[in-house]
Amino acid sequence: MPVWQQLFGSLSAEKFMIVAVAEESRGAETARPWIEAAQPKYWSLIDTEHRVADLYGMVNVPQAVWIDEAGHIVRPAENAGSTDHWRRRDPATGTMSAAGQAARLAARQRYLDAVKDWVLTGKYALDGAAARRAQPRITPEIALAAAHFRLGVWLRRHGNAAEGDAHLAEASRLHPESWTIWRQGADLVEVGKAGGPEFRARVDALGERPYYIPPALPGFR
Amino acid sequence: MRSTNDMASFEGKNMATILSDAGEFEVQAADGLCVSAADAERATGWTLKPEGMCRGDLCVPLRAEMQRGGKVDLAAFWRLLGNPVVHDERQQIWALGAGADERAAALADGMAPDFTLPDLHGKPHTLSALRGKKVFLCTWASW
Repeated sequence: MPVWQQLFGSLSAEKFMIVAVAEESRGAETARPWIEAAQPKYWSLIDTEHRVADLYGMVNVPQAVWIDEAGHIVRPAENAGSTDHWRRRDPATGTMSAAGQAARLAARQRYLDAVKDWVLTGKYALDGAAARRAQPRITPEIALAAAHFRLGVWLRRHGNAAEGDAHLAEASRLHPESWTIWRQGADLVEVGKAGGPEFRARVDALGERPYYIPPALPGFR
Repeated sequence: MRSTNDMASFEGKNMATILSDAGEFEVQAADGLCVSAADAERATGWTLKPEGMCRGDLCVPLRAEMQRGGKVDLAAFWRLLGNPVVHDERQQIWALGAGADERAAALADGMAPDFTLPDLHGKPHTLSALRGKKVFLCTWASW
């Protein structure tokens, strides 16, 4: 978030806007401390029902979509520069190696630089056909998962945790690639569960597969 | 005073909540999600006409059992469209989701799907209001 404000501050607000969406079913108050710390001048929105993830086929955070002046998607949903270096922490100390930490920060900067290049020069924008090919595939299971997720969040917010959790679990079963659905469901059960032992076991089960799928930009594969 | 018959028909009606792409709607419903044509239109954008349920130029004929006394069985109609329908145990809360084809078609169209969401102060912001600017749309979460 502070890095997004840095990016935003370095570009003309006449021609560019950041729309940062908190996928946050607990609501605005949960997101507030982070937003107030970042002091964003860009749009910072609260999405309790994960509508943006549903509309754009997102499966993790942070993910980003690049949209041109005419409203065309020029880069579909992809990871916004996070890397898997955190998975190779020292199990004893929980810390990343200095080299890992440096590589993580360098990748994030590379991603932000790519966004900046696009804003200034149009570089990295995909043409219509290439953008369409890169769109995530939406299956009937994913569409059904979105409906279960929305109902689950509604039931939880209205005090029916048991039934809500059943719908959230069903959403995750139908759309197992969505970390967003699983982690939000876990967070609603208990703050911290989204990053707890069950999460780590799920990440370990990925094996060689990435948690943050690298964006299709130079220097990320 | 209500007559016994009036009371029975009154009690046969329930309030239901519909969660759709258009928002969240309180409606009177009976027998699952049989609702007035006006409520069906409010919640889904589909209008009841003699030829069926219509949106824009498209009309989908209703099966006989989907329509009774001016009411539309909205859940059955939604399934007929091939769209997701899920509800709570008491059949009071209904999520009428968008189908995979609809979501995929919107993405294949190339235009960024529009949405309106509130900021921290509850003020709504609509993506399409940013036409003329490049937009970096990104997600994050506390969890």
